[in-house]
Amino acid sequence: MPDANVLPDATTTDGALLVLAIVLPAAGVLLSFVLGGRYAERIASVLLPSGLFLATIIFADVWQSGHPLIYIVGDWKPPLGIALRADGLSAAMMVAMAIVICAVAIFAHADFGTRPGSVEARAPFAFWILLMAIWGAMNMVFLGGDLFTLYVAIELLTFAAVPLVCLDGRAETLQAALRYLLFALLGSILYLVGTALLYGSYATLDIVLLSRQVRMEPATLVAATLMTIGLFAKTALFPLHLWLPPAHAGAPAAASAVLSAVVVKGSFFIVVRLWFDVMPGMLGAAGAQLFGALGAAAIVFGSVVALQQQRLKLLIAYSTVAQIGYLFLMFPLALDTAAQLQGGGALTGGMLQAISHATAKAAMFMAAGLIYATLGHDRIAELGGAARALPMTIFAFALGGVSLIGLPPSGGFLAKWLLLEAAVATGQWWWAIVMLAGGLFTSGYMFIVLSSAVAPSSEPLKLRVAVPRYQEAAALALALTSLLLGLVALGPVDILLVGRPDSMMVGPR
Amino acid sequence: MTAATLFGLCGAALVGFGLYGLVTNPEPLRKILAFNLLGSGVFLVFGVVSRRAAASGLGGDPVPQAMVITAIVVAFAATAMAIALVLRLLQETGRSTLSADNPGGTDTDRGNS
Repeated sequence: MPDANVLPDATTTDGALLVLAIVLPAAGVLLSFVLGGRYAERIASVLLPSGLFLATIIFADVWQSGHPLIYIVGDWKPPLGIALRADGLSAAMMVAMAIVICAVAIFAHADFGTRPGSVEARAPFAFWILLMAIWGAMNMVFLGGDLFTLYVAIELLTFAAVPLVCLDGRAETLQAALRYLLFALLGSILYLVGTALLYGSYATLDIVLLSRQVRMEPATLVAATLMTIGLFAKTALFPLHLWLPPAHAGAPAAASAVLSAVVVKGSFFIVVRLWFDVMPGMLGAAGAQLFGALGAAAIVFGSVVALQQQRLKLLIAYSTVAQIGYLFLMFPLALDTAAQLQGGGALTGGMLQAISHATAKAAMFMAAGLIYATLGHDRIAELGGAARALPMTIFAFALGGVSLIGLPPSGGFLAKWLLLEAAVATGQWWWAIVMLAGGLFTSGYMFIVLSSAVAPSSEPLKLRVAVPRYQEAAALALALTSLLLGLVALGPVDILLVGRPDSMMVGPR
Repeated sequence: MTAATLFGLCGAALVGFGLYGLVTNPEPLRKILAFNLLGSGVFLVFGVVSRRAAASGLGGDPVPQAMVITAIVVAFAATAMAIALVLRLLQETGRSTLSADNPGGTDTDRGNS
């Protein structure tokens, strides 16, 4: 392979696919506005599968060629122009998120579907537009080649995610949405200060160009710190997680699934871009340990609070807080002896954790939504008989839990295995203890829910509605994806390292 | 003291005031106003960056100017959305606070299908 640090700054063949991945969702949103709410679902049902198809082509392309796809917008090269780049991380995340979003779309057909001859309703119209907007914004987060494009992408993501929280317009969801928006605004403005400072120091925000110039100096450190705190607020990393549980638990089931599985991964991805790609040598041992400590605190705090929840959706939301913690354990584990963040096993493990959490958590929120629809409540203590009424749903919920706990052959198992391996290899046994304790906590709250759900009910269950089979199937399909994700170890797991600027380097730059 | 330094310090002061207001004020509307103050400070910093990076004979580097226009649009949209949420919350509950003892409480069903 040629020197991986020097990416060819020219549009590669098939680079136009990257533009399509951003333009298609935007076109879908605009077309929905023009044609009106009754067509929004039809447009989404055409575009979302084509988005999955597109992501698969990009994935196959990157995997086979072993090089990132690049598109230089308008043939204006960075630093003046904007580059779109799809490396291994982008391609893998794009496919994973497209799968989750398609499954959510199938699930949402029951709640937000357009019946023939019905009048245009506000909630379905908003839902389909927001779903397409989230898909487009996520693609932009994955493909954006400079820090300002990433700022715009993360803002689009926030603006699409906040209304999803308060789709039903109840007072407490409005409050949750407002709190989420205020946290997100603080995060975005801190990120923006960081970009201003970086541009002031280096006169470029392009990730590749910046990574060559970046030096350890006060302005850079302040910029990186502000950007990181802003992104932590958006990712809901402990202790900036306060907005997440009410927002994710109050939203409609399909929206909760997207918010918990997809949206928080966007800002996390930018944290990875910032520290692994832009400034791999700047985090240092102390910073990496701090990231890991925050992650560990999130695991312990989120799990303990999840164990005390009375309601299923809040339990799942606090479990998200805990699982986000695992994502940040990869930072101390990816640090090599020269204090450089290396794209090795720890990075692969962390990204696999993000993907397996996305699929598992979406399945669990869908299952919780079906349980709520059927029983009319989601009080954990009164779930008795649910397993008899909804066997497929409870099975999907349990499989999602298997992946969260990290039992083989699930994606969660492979992710935690890679992280544990890195912990042993780098001699940082304390992170291994945190991971194992987190697994125990997770099994604890999964056991509480499942033992309640399989218990016989004291009185005959009054089922409010019969949920459609395809909704249960969508949840089960995602849970199975998460369970079988561990098998990628036999296949394309190496794609995550394609195009890593630092993976070929030996020693400090 | 050059003009760029002066404006830079003004920007830094605005960022400080805005951040303080955003963190300490409990009222959503005041938080939104503080966010705008904070935003103005950041935009001013962008202006300073543009002036400092200018080649001789030019008024400013155009790239930060393009960025700051985008950022202003984003901040405007964010403010509009936040105000809309506050208004809707006021219509629903008669109050617009973020305190947890507010509407719905913990007794009503929080989950939804």
